Amino acid sequence: MSSVESAVRPPVVKIRKRTLKQRLNASGYKWAPYLFVSPFFVIFAVFGLFPLLFSLFLSFHYWEPAAGLGAMEWVGIENFTFTLTDGWFQTSVYNTIWIALAAGIPQHVVAIPLAYFLHTSFKRSRNTVVGMYFLPFITSSVAISLVFTTLFSRDFGMINMLFTSAGNWTVGDIQPLAWLFPTANIDWNRPEYTKTMIAFVVFWRYVGWNTVLYLSAMQTIPKDLYEAATVDGAKRWQQFWYITVPMLKPMMFFAVTLTIIGNLQLFEEPFIITGGTGGIEQAGKTAAMHMYITAFVEGDFGTASAISWILFALIAFLTWGNNKLLGEKK
Amino acid sequence: MNKLTKSHIIAYFIVGMGSIIMLAPFYFMFVFATHTNSSILSVPPPVWFGGEFINNVGILLDALPYFWHNIGLSFYVALITTILNLFFCSLAGYAFAMFEFKGRNLMFILIMGTMLLPPFLGMIPTALIMSKLEWMNQPRALYIPMACGAMGIFMMRQFISSAIPKELIEAARMDGCNEFAIYWRVVVPLITPAFGTLGLITFIGQWNNFMGPLVVMNDMKMFTVPLALRALQGTGQVPWGAICAGAAIAVVPLMILFVMTSRKLIDGLTAGAVKG
Repeated sequence: MSSVESAVRPPVVKIRKRTLKQRLNASGYKWAPYLFVSPFFVIFAVFGLFPLLFSLFLSFHYWEPAAGLGAMEWVGIENFTFTLTDGWFQTSVYNTIWIALAAGIPQHVVAIPLAYFLHTSFKRSRNTVVGMYFLPFITSSVAISLVFTTLFSRDFGMINMLFTSAGNWTVGDIQPLAWLFPTANIDWNRPEYTKTMIAFVVFWRYVGWNTVLYLSAMQTIPKDLYEAATVDGAKRWQQFWYITVPMLKPMMFFAVTLTIIGNLQLFEEPFIITGGTGGIEQAGKTAAMHMYITAFVEGDFGTASAISWILFALIAFLTWGNNKLLGEKK
Repeated sequence: MNKLTKSHIIAYFIVGMGSIIMLAPFYFMFVFATHTNSSILSVPPPVWFGGEFINNVGILLDALPYFWHNIGLSFYVALITTILNLFFCSLAGYAFAMFEFKGRNLMFILIMGTMLLPPFLGMIPTALIMSKLEWMNQPRALYIPMACGAMGIFMMRQFISSAIPKELIEAARMDGCNEFAIYWRVVVPLITPAFGTLGLITFIGQWNNFMGPLVVMNDMKMFTVPLALRALQGTGQVPWGAICAGAAIAVVPLMILFVMTSRKLIDGLTAGAVKG
């Protein structure tokens, strides 16, 4: 069939086709890069930029999703003023910041010395050890949060068992650790403990990631600095304090920024640990969770959009503050 | 012996204790996955493996009749996302690394800037778009929005500009190779190491993705694994053994992948950080 067709086709067309192809080839250098980067922009326009603008539009409206798109009602900044004065929103922001600090600060306080130990004292086994610390970071937050809910449960939880057995440890008649550890099981679901529990899980999940960041920055610090310090008689902790820590400053800025951005968006861990409810008295409800519940449980998409933009402003503000505080002054 | 070894011992001790804390939850996940509920709920809880794993999987399948389908779907979505990302990100990375074109830097900055946008901002409208497109409960609702990420473009640009000499591209161009063929026949074979790293990161990210499926999947049959596990919660008597068995099934593939590739994966994830 095809041989018949090509025999029928006049040769002129064939030549013209080739010149066109050649022309395209020559100009390909010009249009190809635009074509190559376009998939990103197409996808972003549809699933990134448009949703963003739409959510901004939505945040100024009252809308019952069941009534269809035409039922939107312009309410101005009412959603924003309502959110900002809403006690539950304030609680959720307080919870978010509490958890962000309680999980975030220890992450860095532990990760930096840990990375230093790994950098100085571990040679052959370093990759294995780094792998162990890094494993929580790559595993499913849902799966691991579920496991933690069993470990933290009141009556059979492994963590309570460890704590109370330390608290009830007796030497003769006295319990030497009773001042530090509880002697009875703690109900981690009680409001005063929920945030601690969530913060621990978040800390556990991200401490290895921060360690890896700091470790990779330490590997770029010139060795001569340490050699010179050793010649001058500096002890190891002095080298750590006067060389390693100052040289890590740019990485600290980067890592702290990531922690701020990540912890303020905390959603999955508190969502799973509190069973999607926010816990008793909403003690474990974060701002992102508050947004989710407002939209998908209560069906108030306008207010939820306003919440998301307020939260975005908060993240932007804190990131900017961190930039002022820790950012390089050049 | 001397002072150095003493501080080494302290370091080993602290780091060793820390790694026990890091690994303990995984250990108990596996232990609980092999015990009945009543044995987990006894005091003290079990610390060694039992023989109830198959039973727990049975309970899991009773509560989540589509669990194997859910795993297959997770795998399918993660794989498609990975393939699309490798293709689109490397194509864009190649353009940014090897072409001079108008607006290149601006476009690159714009793309990098999208990394700063928090994912929850788009959560509500994305759910609305998906229902308008009638993509609810469709795998494409998960992989199309994730098909080309800024981080992948960044990684690919870095790798291509350091691994491939511009002369090679020019030589191919002079020989009359068209632009896509240069990408396909010259660039792609040379960037397989970067494909490996980006592929891993994308696959793991999509396998663990929870927020995406949460708003677009409401049919239990179309749940991905994290959603399916979550559905076990709040079903009256909580089946802890089955939950741990499911968690283990969700985590083990990643653990195996990680053990085989940890160096590569960590290097890839921190590639942008060290230079920044």
